[in-house]
Amino acid sequence: MAESGREVWITGIGLVSSLTEGADAHWQALSSTAAARPVVDGTRFAPYAVHPLTPLDFTKQIPRTSDQRQMERWQRIGVYAAGLALADAGLAGDQATLDRVDLCIAAGNGERDLALDARLLAALDDSESPEHTLNRELAAGLRPTLYLGQLSNLLAGNISIVHKATGSSRTFKGEEMAGVSAVADAASRITADQGDIFLAGGALNTEREDLLLGCEITHALATGPYRSVWERSADGGGIVPGSVGAFLVLEASSHAQKRGAAPYARLSRILSERTSRNGEQSATTALRLFDDLSLKPENSDLCVLSGASGVEPVTTEERKFLETLDQRGFDPCVRAWGSVLGHGMEAHFPTGLALAALAISKGAFYPPFGPTEVEAGYGPPAARILLTCFGHWRGEGLALVEPARESAE
Amino acid sequence: MASRTRDHKGRPVVAVTGLGLVTSLGAGKHTSWAGLVTGQSGIKPITRFPTDGLKTTIAGTVDDMDVAPYAAHDLSARMAEAAAAEAIAQARIGRRSHFPGPLIIATPPSELEWPHLRRLHGASSATGGEGYAQMLANARTRAFDDLARHVRFAAIADRLKAAFGTQGEPLSICTACASGATTIQLGLEAIRRGDTEAALCVGTDATVHPEGLIRFSLLSALSTANAEPTKASKPFSKNRDGFVMAEGAGALVLESYDSARARGARVLAIVRGCGEKADEHHRTRSRPDGAAVIGAIRKTLDDAGVEPHEIDYVNAHGTSTPENDRMEYIALGAVLGDRLRDTPISSNKSMVGHTLIAAGSVEAVFSVLTIESGLLPPTINYDPDPDLPLDVVPDIGRAARVGTVLSNSFGFGGQNVCVVFSAEPA
Repeated sequence: MAESGREVWITGIGLVSSLTEGADAHWQALSSTAAARPVVDGTRFAPYAVHPLTPLDFTKQIPRTSDQRQMERWQRIGVYAAGLALADAGLAGDQATLDRVDLCIAAGNGERDLALDARLLAALDDSESPEHTLNRELAAGLRPTLYLGQLSNLLAGNISIVHKATGSSRTFKGEEMAGVSAVADAASRITADQGDIFLAGGALNTEREDLLLGCEITHALATGPYRSVWERSADGGGIVPGSVGAFLVLEASSHAQKRGAAPYARLSRILSERTSRNGEQSATTALRLFDDLSLKPENSDLCVLSGASGVEPVTTEERKFLETLDQRGFDPCVRAWGSVLGHGMEAHFPTGLALAALAISKGAFYPPFGPTEVEAGYGPPAARILLTCFGHWRGEGLALVEPARESAE
Repeated sequence: MASRTRDHKGRPVVAVTGLGLVTSLGAGKHTSWAGLVTGQSGIKPITRFPTDGLKTTIAGTVDDMDVAPYAAHDLSARMAEAAAAEAIAQARIGRRSHFPGPLIIATPPSELEWPHLRRLHGASSATGGEGYAQMLANARTRAFDDLARHVRFAAIADRLKAAFGTQGEPLSICTACASGATTIQLGLEAIRRGDTEAALCVGTDATVHPEGLIRFSLLSALSTANAEPTKASKPFSKNRDGFVMAEGAGALVLESYDSARARGARVLAIVRGCGEKADEHHRTRSRPDGAAVIGAIRKTLDDAGVEPHEIDYVNAHGTSTPENDRMEYIALGAVLGDRLRDTPISSNKSMVGHTLIAAGSVEAVFSVLTIESGLLPPTINYDPDPDLPLDVVPDIGRAARVGTVLSNSFGFGGQNVCVVFSAEPA
């Protein structure tokens, strides 16, 4: 990517979370010296805590109630954030350009009908022929369009329908790494002249028990009092999931300049690997990826936005990786956004990328996101930001975000 | 600008050097192909679970893969492994457990199925709760850790990465029923960029379970012609009434032409190009004017550097739903014009059913086999729809010299992806 004259510019950000909505509001909330307090609901799904979504008026981005009705909440969150990103990039209503926007989406599955599942599980227990009861009750009870709210690629489909972004769409699966893959696909295609303008991102609705059940089966959820991601290992580690919608408009520098779109930042590099984690360790893999970035320590400053999840042992692995950076001549200033916004799964990396682009555009970095020595001290101005995303069970991703060069082709 | 190793846009030419297949006609590409060109059907009554009270009771299940008890993840993974192993063996690429490129795989939804939910729910509860509270409490006991693979979205990709030693982060993708074609597009693009010399592109789907069947049934997508299962899937026929769910997996080894030749590999076909276009009209229906499907086909031909008259055969999406087949006809007509009537077309789904996520992969394998063999697979159960005047190859395979094939894949959510394959230039 580095050799090409075509830079990957971030020209639009759409972000909604437990804190607030919109790019500027997030900067305000997260950059003030009075560190943003995470919004945590520890009672509704006890013993689990979640970061519930800030109240949104979905009709602002999804005016038709018929559209809203055909979506589950994760899709509404995503379509809302996607709309913010397109508007932020100056694309809302620009049908000629929207018709060329390619979507790269990170998604899991959508939501089940929890009441139906619970009722049916009880009925099956009492049934003398449960298989027949299942057929009858599902056929009668499943909402016909529910499946469209569950299919991974229907977030993309709904973005095309509501916002008329209709170049193409691809949906990537696989928790955190899906977000890395979606952005990497867009960036690679821009650099190689395989596309000009992309909408990349994802969404997570954490306020549902079927999502929590999937996480609990793999014991990925944190329990106990709320702590930052770096302070959970004593309790066994784990994520506190956060509802979030995070979308970015990624654009070839030449394309952005032609239409007069101002960049927040450029995505200089994005790299990923999937360590087996049986023998090889994530820290080793991440260091290899870091070396591939060929960063020159002009001074020792390095702002790091960490996607650490809190899950162990991978969070400790990431700490090890960050500590080894001094061997490469860097003194990293680390902020883990999961401590304030929660863990966004597929949307986690796009969220961090949005925060990185914001900081680069402001030329400043964030105060600590958690009261821990890992994040001690106030950072240097953000001349470049290393973004990390270690998947909670698989995959390692690194990205480098820097100021856009106006001289780029 | 085009040459044997560079295409019309100066990009590396990409070859297919390995194929693998599992369908309801059998495991292995030779078995499936032999059934396909002789007009056999893999559609049968569902025996995996009782179908009492269901509107549709037939499917193209894959029942001979030695996976018991059935679970979508387990059978999908097993079929994907079988198809990938076959493709890699044919390509003779890499070393044992070391495939020299990334895995790009299309997989079905990762979800707990009813037997899993019942296990989770039914075990004695510490809390005395119900529904999800009870399942969560039981999950905390760590007695159900074996269910993890069903809820991890990239579990099948990870299993194949481990089995075949593919390079880097494996990609798990979903573009609904266009997913298989998308894996080929991603592989093609990566090789053209020079990111890799080879890619393992796989699609797999084994989701014939009660909820899987019922949710398509509730969308009025499935044929209800249960009385004669082998006659239920009837693409482009006037009495077509929906698709037939099926299971299968397809795998292709893609490789830069230069790399394939350098190692003396046999080139089975060239991936000339791919194209995609999103439709904003509706979640399950195309724009009435077919613009997005037309756009996908045109973008594909442009990417491939192929003129409409150069298409010798269309491997149709042809689901056998009233809507799909009509829209596919309209779109093909818009692009191929008068030549459409004389361009042979067939839908493999008439025999193997609709393999959903895997369909683009399965049909890509059949498309390459069509080029290799000079035999057009038929569309069985064909009873012409006068509104869709097409050269639908009926009943049984037809010999033809096939230089270039257009393979179409369309999916819910406005997904339209097409691929053009050609014979290796003489």
